[in-house]
Amino acid sequence: MQVPAPFEYERATSVDGAIGLLERLGDTAKLVAGGHSLLPMMKLRLANFEYLIDINDLHGDLGYITFTAEEVRIGAMTRHREIAESAELLAVFPIFADAEQVIADPVVRNRGTIGGSLCQADPAEDLSAVCTTLGASCVIRGSGGERVVPMAEFHRGPYETAVGTTEMLTEVRFPIRPYAGSAYEKVERRAGDWAVAAAGAAVWLSSEPRGSRGRTDSENDGHDVVLADARVGLAAVGPNTVEIPSISAALRGQTPSEELYARAGELAAQNCHPVTDPRGSADYKRHLADELTRRALRRAVQRATDQVRS
Amino acid sequence: MQVTMTVNGEAVTREIEGRLLLVHFLRDTLGLTGTHWGCDTSNCGTCVVLMDGEPVKSCTVLAAMAGGHEIRTVEGLAAGGELDPVQRGFMNCHGLQCGFCTPGMMMTARALLDRNPDPTEHEIREAISGQICRCTGYKNIVESIRWAAAEQAGVRSTLEPMTVGSAS
Repeated sequence: MQVPAPFEYERATSVDGAIGLLERLGDTAKLVAGGHSLLPMMKLRLANFEYLIDINDLHGDLGYITFTAEEVRIGAMTRHREIAESAELLAVFPIFADAEQVIADPVVRNRGTIGGSLCQADPAEDLSAVCTTLGASCVIRGSGGERVVPMAEFHRGPYETAVGTTEMLTEVRFPIRPYAGSAYEKVERRAGDWAVAAAGAAVWLSSEPRGSRGRTDSENDGHDVVLADARVGLAAVGPNTVEIPSISAALRGQTPSEELYARAGELAAQNCHPVTDPRGSADYKRHLADELTRRALRRAVQRATDQVRS
Repeated sequence: MQVTMTVNGEAVTREIEGRLLLVHFLRDTLGLTGTHWGCDTSNCGTCVVLMDGEPVKSCTVLAAMAGGHEIRTVEGLAAGGELDPVQRGFMNCHGLQCGFCTPGMMMTARALLDRNPDPTEHEIREAISGQICRCTGYKNIVESIRWAAAEQAGVRSTLEPMTVGSAS
């Protein structure tokens, strides 16, 4: 029988209450949201705490997906199922639909939260890769107020985050730009498992008058479609999920093509740092980073193109 | 610590350890052994119960976390001496052999039909995809749930042979 080591259970009924408990109990305490990553780690004694602070009562305050013209804001207690069922969110960022389908299983997704996923900081975690791909920002609250930390600085190594011992993650923000497409590609050993490797892609298109780039093969009514910007995020090939800036530099201003995706795949393989473990060899994971980057970009561009045409 | 929750419509209050898992609270503290305990790692799904109407894996929920919430187990499926359509579906369509996964499968099926009274075969397979059956190959479980859906909709009399997906 696997059970966690003994701890004291506390329940927070407000964000301020949770922060107050953290301030009183210090680093002997840990927040628990859905618990589907933390409790298994506690059962295996990979994590032990004197106090566990249950924040599920904060779902009323922190379970939301809101939209402005500039950004999407997702509350930290928003559950996987709520993300997967938000048609409005999936229309803006279809990458969430791809990722949610391959996170564990529907029953686990009833409990797990986006905040818990990010704070677990597992390098193979899918929503972390999505947030990395989309260039999200994390809102962290403490008794002194809020601070906003970009995804690139949120994870500080495996299972470590920028959230201080008396702070909590309350919201994740995603910038919205026009003519966007996004996609997520993952290889796992069995359905619902952690990724052997995964790649997310987000692209933003713009058009230039035909011929201005010396090309005349565009289908877009006298204009060439070019990548105004592109981002690729990788999971399970380094100490944290990671965005590859050299891919963005190589893709920006270019016309989408198979050759371009191949170049991006090469850069992904060159710029990741996988290790051999029971899920696969470093070489195999590098191969996956290459191939999954190509697939994710191909699908993201297709989705963005469909959006431009509609 | 003390925890109070509603289990199958009845308020229960018990003194528990903070680390007690919901599955052990149901089985050992309350004696409701219909909820099975399998892998301990939220993979197998035999421990699924409904929490406020949604299926959860009770090996990965603390009993304390269920405080103030409504839990429904397989013992709470039948109402007024009448088996739930899901239970009758599993009987009529041979939805079980050894029976180990059955309580969890039936609770997930109940929650699915509450949200979606006419699920397709694909939707059923997706809903139960977090639960493992080593006897049936899932085919008869899918048929059992389709049978229950049709039964609830009143479109089929009991024991009629069925074709998966035909009613969708």
